[in-house]
Order: sequence, then structure tokens, then C-alpha cells
Amino acid sequence: MTLKPPVSEHDHSAGGPNARVTLVEYGDYQCPHCAAAEPVVRALQKRFGSELAFVFRNFPLQEIHPAAEGAAELAEAAAAQGKFWEAHHAIFAWSRQHGPESFGAEAFLAIAGSVHLDAVAVRDAIGEHRYLERIRSDFTSGVRSGVNGTPTFFIDGRRHDGAFDEDTLGGALAQTER
Amino acid sequence: MVLQSGIAAPDFTLPTGPGASLGLSQLRGKIVVLAFYPADFSPVCGDQMALYNETLSEFRRLDANLLGISVDGIWCHAAFAKARNLHFPLLADFEPKGAVARAYGAYRESDGVTERALFVIDRSSIIRWSYLSPIEVNPGADGILDALEALEKHT
Repeated sequence: MTLKPPVSEHDHSAGGPNARVTLVEYGDYQCPHCAAAEPVVRALQKRFGSELAFVFRNFPLQEIHPAAEGAAELAEAAAAQGKFWEAHHAIFAWSRQHGPESFGAEAFLAIAGSVHLDAVAVRDAIGEHRYLERIRSDFTSGVRSGVNGTPTFFIDGRRHDGAFDEDTLGGALAQTER
Repeated sequence: MVLQSGIAAPDFTLPTGPGASLGLSQLRGKIVVLAFYPADFSPVCGDQMALYNETLSEFRRLDANLLGISVDGIWCHAAFAKARNLHFPLLADFEPKGAVARAYGAYRESDGVTERALFVIDRSSIIRWSYLSPIEVNPGADGILDALEALEKHT
């Protein structure tokens, strides 16, 4: 299973273009497994430093997680304010603390406030579904790439089918050719 | 081995709910995606049926009708469909158990459940693509979409 389309400048990427290895996650902000995977990814970012580029693409399973798209819209609205990763981490932190079922307009406002976003701009962006097309195109690319649930990881464009604990994922990242 | 491309799809009529049933012959003239799966309620987020549910718009764009099928009974299917908000029919291959799965070569005698097997059936009820997945692996939707697109090119 290979990533279609490959990582490009349209993606949200943490880590420089000169990274040795690229980890892509398809995730759903209301999925508890994705919330649990987020600290794992952060630990790996710390461990691999500038060697690792991390890319997040949206894969909201809206029928089972009705607030997943809204949360993704919040993150995209934050990206427009240059704060995608701050919002990304804050959304998953909120999910771990309050539970993913607590997502809704109130929670989104609180999260936006916690990372100092322009609340009016966020509310308008979500209200107008300004970024929904981008989110859905992430979803479609995931389906075409063989994403079969969340989270699904790709290492240098190839699907990682193993577990996503720190040892397994870190081992897989370390094994890629230098 | 599951039935392969080029073979006429065995006809069936199965219950989809209390007092309701669906037959393959009723769908003649339409493209059908038949997705056999082992059981309702697998314990993961975004299991195979939940994923297909989210991909329905893509299937519809390619003019395909998705049917899920397992040996679970109609009440179990109803609870599963409600829990996951599914918007496509689930067929109960319940009595005689697994008869349709057997006809498609997609029954696991050892476990008494259907395989994870996918079939794309064309408008003339001919199988045009089939895939048997390892039972523990969600095969995703990309293979189905590729097969549907190839079908469109031929027709």
C-alpha cells in the first residue's frame, strides 16, 4: 500500500524538508486510538529530531464520530492562523482529558482559546465549512492509499501495518535506509 | 477459493430486516459490491463496514450498490447498523447458515463465519473482480474503487 498522493507542500508537516524519514498519519480527532497515539508521535519526534518529518492528514469517520469533521475544521482554521500544530496537540489533549464525546461548539471554543486563536475567525471558518473540502479530499486520498481505520501510518510512503506503540513505530522508523 | 472474475454471480435472496429481503436478481442492470465480513461488531474504530459507510459517496459516484453480508441474524444486523449509523443494507446469510457464502467460496468451515471477501458484480450479474482478504486484515476500499473504475472504462 503506497501513499497517494505523495507528501507535498499542501500537507501539514512538522520537520524540515531535509528529514531522513517521513511519517504520515491519517487520523480522526474524535478517535480515542488517535488521541492515544499522539504522545507516541511526540516522543518519536523528540527522539529522531530533525531526522523525522511528521505529516498529519484528516480521516474523520463522521458517521461514528459526528464531531470529527468539526474538530478537523478547527485545526484547519488554526492552520490559517499559523497554529495548526498547537491546535492539533490541544484537540487530542482535550480528548484524553475530557473524552472524545465531549467535543462540540463549547469545547472547540475552549480549545481555540487555550492556544490563543482568533475565536471569531475560527467560529466563522467552522460555520462556513471553509476547510471541509480540503478535509474530505484528505479522506479520499486515505481511502485510495489503503487506509482502513484510524490511526493509519505511512513510513516514507509505505503503509505501516504493525502496532503503533513507541517501540514498534520507532523501530520501523529507525530501520528505513539512511 | 472464492469465485473469480468472469463467472456468473450466484443468485440469492436474503433477509435484510424484519419482513424485508433483497435478491441479486432485483439488482440486475445495476453494479453491485458484495462485501462478506466475519461478524457484526468488531471491536475497532473504523472497522470495514464503518469505512465503507464513509465511502458510500464514492461508490455511488461510480454507480455501485454496496451490500454487506455475514451470518449474523437480522436483529444483530439491525443493532449493528444502528450503532454504526450504516446507510447500506446488511444481508443475513443466517438460514441455512452461510449458504450464500458457500456458493461464493467465501465460507470458513472451521469458524462458522464468512470470509472477508469482496466481489464486484457488473450490470449483467457477472463477477468482474474478487478479493479474499486475510480474515484479520480490513481490506479497505481502494481495491473496490480501482475495480469499479476499471469497469466504468469497459462499459
